[in-house]
Amino acid sequence: MAPDYKVKYDKREVHLRQMSLVRETSTLLSKELKLEFRQLYALSSLMLYAVSTCMVVYMAFHEMEPLEWVTILWIILLFASLNAVGKSFWQEGNGRNYYYYYLCSPLAIILSKIIYNCLLLLAISFITLAIYSLFLGNPVENMTLFGLSILLGATGFAVNFTLLAGIAAKADNNATLTAILGFPLIIPLLGMVIRISKNAVLGVESLNTNRDLMMTASMISIAFVLSLVLFPYLWRD
Amino acid sequence: MSQSLTNRLLLAKWWKIVAIVLMCYTLTAGLLMPVPKLDILNETIRNAYFHVPMWFGMMLILLMSLIYSIKYLRTGNLRYDYVAIEAAKVGVLYGLLGLTTGMIWAKFTWGAAWNGDPKQNMAAIAMLMYLAYIVLRGSITDQDRRAKVSSVYNIFAFVALFPLLYIVPRLTDSLHPSSGGNQGFVAYDMDGWMRLVFYPAIIAWTFLGLWVASLNVRATYIEEGISLES
Repeated sequence: MAPDYKVKYDKREVHLRQMSLVRETSTLLSKELKLEFRQLYALSSLMLYAVSTCMVVYMAFHEMEPLEWVTILWIILLFASLNAVGKSFWQEGNGRNYYYYYLCSPLAIILSKIIYNCLLLLAISFITLAIYSLFLGNPVENMTLFGLSILLGATGFAVNFTLLAGIAAKADNNATLTAILGFPLIIPLLGMVIRISKNAVLGVESLNTNRDLMMTASMISIAFVLSLVLFPYLWRD
Repeated sequence: MSQSLTNRLLLAKWWKIVAIVLMCYTLTAGLLMPVPKLDILNETIRNAYFHVPMWFGMMLILLMSLIYSIKYLRTGNLRYDYVAIEAAKVGVLYGLLGLTTGMIWAKFTWGAAWNGDPKQNMAAIAMLMYLAYIVLRGSITDQDRRAKVSSVYNIFAFVALFPLLYIVPRLTDSLHPSSGGNQGFVAYDMDGWMRLVFYPAIIAWTFLGLWVASLNVRATYIEEGISLES
């Protein structure tokens, strides 16, 4: 029998459950991180992906206008993120998913996946930025704002793509489906972060920057809350 | 209780009669009643009766699809899932018709069918999102799993629709009435005569879409052997 979470708990038990959610999440997260550090599969393959794409862009352009520079960087980050997050669920076989199902709550699973993907994408984004700047120079005027836009972008990609990876994992043909489902959904967010980072590159002092940052953050929070609410339904089979 | 409400509405006649009457009214009055004479717009202002209701209808029908997806996730009853998908299909149809009527209008007033206007782009992306929903359903054969997975995506997509259609286009300049620096139709040129046609037109198009969806739902129920009475 699967554990039934709908049983009524008294206050102490509720407290214990919350504790166990934190514990389950951190255990799962540390498992993901350990796995990553032992195999170094995701990080190294994505590093290689970043280097080879930057090479391709460099060979194609040699020199770029600042606005082209931002746009191409975001396209590289978008594809790298989709590749990185897209496989978060189908990497583990069906059997192991059932095992998790008996062990912990779906909330712990989605939380740990989202946090792990956030960390992974942040690492990849900043590494890609470094490699990209090495090849193609760095025209950014306002580096703080630019870093903030990359931070928001990576978090947003991680949050949105994690739930979509879960959806695509339930429908067996994964890679294409994740892209079909993910790209239209991510466009508003991508548009916002590209705007912010364009301002950062040109060093434009825009009155709208704060509003844009807040709006991007709230779009990400909505997607985050929605993922937490919806994932338990997806997970139950 | 709500189950029987769905069935009662599927079988009820009154709103289909309302749809027919208001549709006839919209088509005749929309083409014949007087409209304000404005530069550039001229007679194309009548598109307000056909283009704008497409978006109202689309949003209302997609909202219905969302409500039925939530109902499915709460109850696990497949009937609700069939309503959700048929409503979404009509929503996509209305979206495509909205894009087409908008493009015809843009050809006459803006000079080209596709000007890369933010509203046009965003509407096209919204269509991609819902077409992906239909593709997602096609890729899963198991009924219960398909219903569950696609309901989750439907809810996620609907929430993503709001920044897409209403917030992001307002941030950038647009030629479209009611966005950017331009005022809406309602604000500056819709006089009493136009309102007399415009509001009934919205009801007519929405009910017509619901009718199409309800027929498809009933066809699916017959295919799946689900009875309406129970």
